[in-house]
Amino acid sequence: MPQQVNRLAIVFLILVSSLIGARHYLVPTTFGDLGHYRAAAIDANASKPLIYAGHEACGTCHPDIVKTHDEARHRSVACEVCHGAQAAHAESPGEHQPPAPRQRGFCPLCHGYDPSRPTGFPQIDPVSHNPGRPCITCHNPHAPVPPHTPQECSACHGEIARTKALSKHAALPCNMCHQVAERHKITPLLSTPSKPQTREFCGKCHGQEAKAPAEIARVNLSTHGERYVCWQCHYAHSPEAQ
Amino acid sequence: MQDIAQQLTNILQQVSGYIYPNEVELQWGLLVVVYPYITGLVAGAFILASLERVFNVKEVEPTYRLALLTALAFLLIAPLPLLLHLGHPERSFEIFLTPNVHSAMAMFGFVYAWYLAVVLLLEIWFDYRKDLVLWARNERGLRKWIHLMLTLGATDLSEQSVEFDRKAVRFITIMGIPSAFLLHGYVGFIFGSVKANPWWSSVLIPVVFLFSAMVSGIALVLMLYLLTGLVRRSFEMTCLDKLASFLFYALVVDFSLEILDFIHRLYEAEESIKILGTMISTRLFLSLVVLQTLAGTVLPLICLAFVSPAFGSRALVRFPDELRRLLYLASATLIQIGIFSTRWNVVIGGQLFSKSLRGLTVYKMELLGLEGFFVAVLLMAAPFFLLYILVKILPPWKEEITTPVPEQVPSD
Amino acid sequence: MSTEANRMQSEPESPQEISHDRREFLKQCAAAAPLLLAIVQIAEEAAASANDESYKPEEHYYGMGIDVNKCIGCGRCADACKTENNVPREPFYFRTWVERYVLTTDGETVVTSPNGGIDGFPSTMSERGILRTFFVPKLCNHCANPPCVQVCPVGATFITRDGVVLVDKDYCIGCRYCIQACPYGARFLHPITRTAEKCTFCYHRVVRGNVPACVEVCPTGARIFGDVRARSSPLARFTRFNEVQVLKPQLNTAPKVYYANLDGEVR
Repeated sequence: MPQQVNRLAIVFLILVSSLIGARHYLVPTTFGDLGHYRAAAIDANASKPLIYAGHEACGTCHPDIVKTHDEARHRSVACEVCHGAQAAHAESPGEHQPPAPRQRGFCPLCHGYDPSRPTGFPQIDPVSHNPGRPCITCHNPHAPVPPHTPQECSACHGEIARTKALSKHAALPCNMCHQVAERHKITPLLSTPSKPQTREFCGKCHGQEAKAPAEIARVNLSTHGERYVCWQCHYAHSPEAQ
Repeated sequence: MQDIAQQLTNILQQVSGYIYPNEVELQWGLLVVVYPYITGLVAGAFILASLERVFNVKEVEPTYRLALLTALAFLLIAPLPLLLHLGHPERSFEIFLTPNVHSAMAMFGFVYAWYLAVVLLLEIWFDYRKDLVLWARNERGLRKWIHLMLTLGATDLSEQSVEFDRKAVRFITIMGIPSAFLLHGYVGFIFGSVKANPWWSSVLIPVVFLFSAMVSGIALVLMLYLLTGLVRRSFEMTCLDKLASFLFYALVVDFSLEILDFIHRLYEAEESIKILGTMISTRLFLSLVVLQTLAGTVLPLICLAFVSPAFGSRALVRFPDELRRLLYLASATLIQIGIFSTRWNVVIGGQLFSKSLRGLTVYKMELLGLEGFFVAVLLMAAPFFLLYILVKILPPWKEEITTPVPEQVPSD
Repeated sequence: MSTEANRMQSEPESPQEISHDRREFLKQCAAAAPLLLAIVQIAEEAAASANDESYKPEEHYYGMGIDVNKCIGCGRCADACKTENNVPREPFYFRTWVERYVLTTDGETVVTSPNGGIDGFPSTMSERGILRTFFVPKLCNHCANPPCVQVCPVGATFITRDGVVLVDKDYCIGCRYCIQACPYGARFLHPITRTAEKCTFCYHRVVRGNVPACVEVCPTGARIFGDVRARSSPLARFTRFNEVQVLKPQLNTAPKVYYANLDGEVR
């Protein structure tokens, strides 16, 4: 063996053994138990304290409110959405008082009108809807049924109403085309209004032989867009729109 | 925390379009640009050195040892930008303890250690061993002890021993070439394998990184050889010409690869092309079009094509020696700027556009601070100081080899 | 104490001095014993509450469902997340956020997420015609084939047996490779711990049988949490009755957040 190789081998052996030794002491004990990670990290993540108590925690001490709340329109709204994270309150109720938002600016976070919100979601214009008065004056937050069931469809379908109001169909009442049960105002998704199904429905006013005022536009139903139903091209709430 | 918040608020105001909320802060900044630049120089300098040993390119023999020492100096500094960039540098050894074999970045520890110990240090040791023994015999004081220690006690200078040294160097150099490819190629793979980022995710990135590394390494050795030669008033023009020719060849390959990537991207015109095009024409115009392409590649290409003897034994246009040297130096400098811009455009560019493909953010380089401009300048200057020390301990000049001159050092 | 130190430094002690020291030491032990016992008890309780014997990770594999048509963009989820998980309140660090998409009639798509949606969205009564507009909540998708886990150099991020991708913040070195590798922008570097962080499906709530904070507070039930594989879980019903999509399926990350009614413009 050439002398160089001997010397180098000694250096190499010293290095490798010190590395192996260091490794034995430095690799964390739980590493590799469950996978290529420290198994102890799972507990580190799992043992953080809860800040939100969860909707089940409130019923223990507030059964009446919870019962009312769970039967009303806000049943899918957790207590802590409005009252803030209350695990601390659930732990020691006397020491931590949950806030109850009473100011007018709070409810529009969800209920202020926004076109990106789904149609039919109850929305109001915060500026013009009973200005100045706190929302809770008329709406019990745990059972927020409006004091008067809205007569107008526009109360919930504002955007449609506004669009229609500027169109040629402005004078038509909503129930001219949609059959609506009263239940729809109470449980809207369980009792949906009907919609026209056939071309002949629109033909009642717009067909050639329709018994309707003369200024209404007429088409020959047998040739005009014969394969389609009318609303595939014409938006019924704003029929003149291109 | 306050100043981070202030900085990010400023950046938030300059965002155009839509970026994911977490993308306001650029994660990999200036230091992560410096790191591939430095390892690129290492790989490039080493490959130049191996040209001489493996491919017997005799003209560049004077640069052999200088290139090795340059590679070592830069390699020793290379981990520093990474360490400074980490959120927890004190835990960095975990990469050696529990490397995730699926992660390209985990390979850093091993590729680096392999390259440093097995390739670079061994090759330098075997090449210098005979001279170390001779120097130690003829010297006194501190230098004698340093050189003696470096021999590791292997002081046998018989013909067999020296022959073994020579064969070992050749063997290690041959092994070192793919190792150098790996050292810088894996950095390219770190970026190229990120499928989430359309600017990075590409088969070509590791190859482009490698060839631009070779370009920058050869350019660096050329600059160092020229500058040290001017200071010591001894260098060979044929060596410089050969270096410039190789620089030209490497630059041609590098440029072709980058053009290929560009054409391919434009042709396929995938969904990301719109935001990437906007990014290049707004945020990256200076660094990509001007610095990387025009000044850093096209200009040196034209210059070297005419000035260096790349197409035969004589240059296309004959320039007097001094002017040629100046042009080589200018080209090499432009190339360094260009390759640095390449790294910048890859690293920073990849983070300037949102993964939603709908917006662009900005990168605000700090001046002070651990990831700031001054630290980066310091990190890039440090290898030169290290090189100076290495050159003093292990002089690479030919004259020193043939007639070792005993240095008088006061022994105390 | 100083006299004892002096005593220890001085020359060999006499037997009386030694037995005196021993007595002192035993007295201190006796005094410390109740304190030690209390500490051990607290540690055991903490460990017990963390390793709830009744929770078996192998029985679960979690995912989330999101119904885009139900989201009203109120931002309560993003707000609750920051509260529950102590995330810095600055607008650069989000474990979950809400995006608003506005598709105009002239073909442009405008996406916004002011402060992640925490303060709600400014009403956009723009002059341009709106073709479609909706809100999309985003969060870590807890991919079954996570690219972030693949690239972590040290094994500081991982996917648990119950399908939750977590970060070991005592092991993370802060290299930020995982943040680069996530196609969904779900990760960020915590400015104080200097480690990577992201949504954990509120793992500390889930192992105790609760739901994540964002699911807890969503007022319209747009977020549904549950077992991906179970036959009866809210998530199973959700994926049975809705045509669900995931984000960026072409990247083959196998996300476990399923979007119903997802628009093609969502990235």
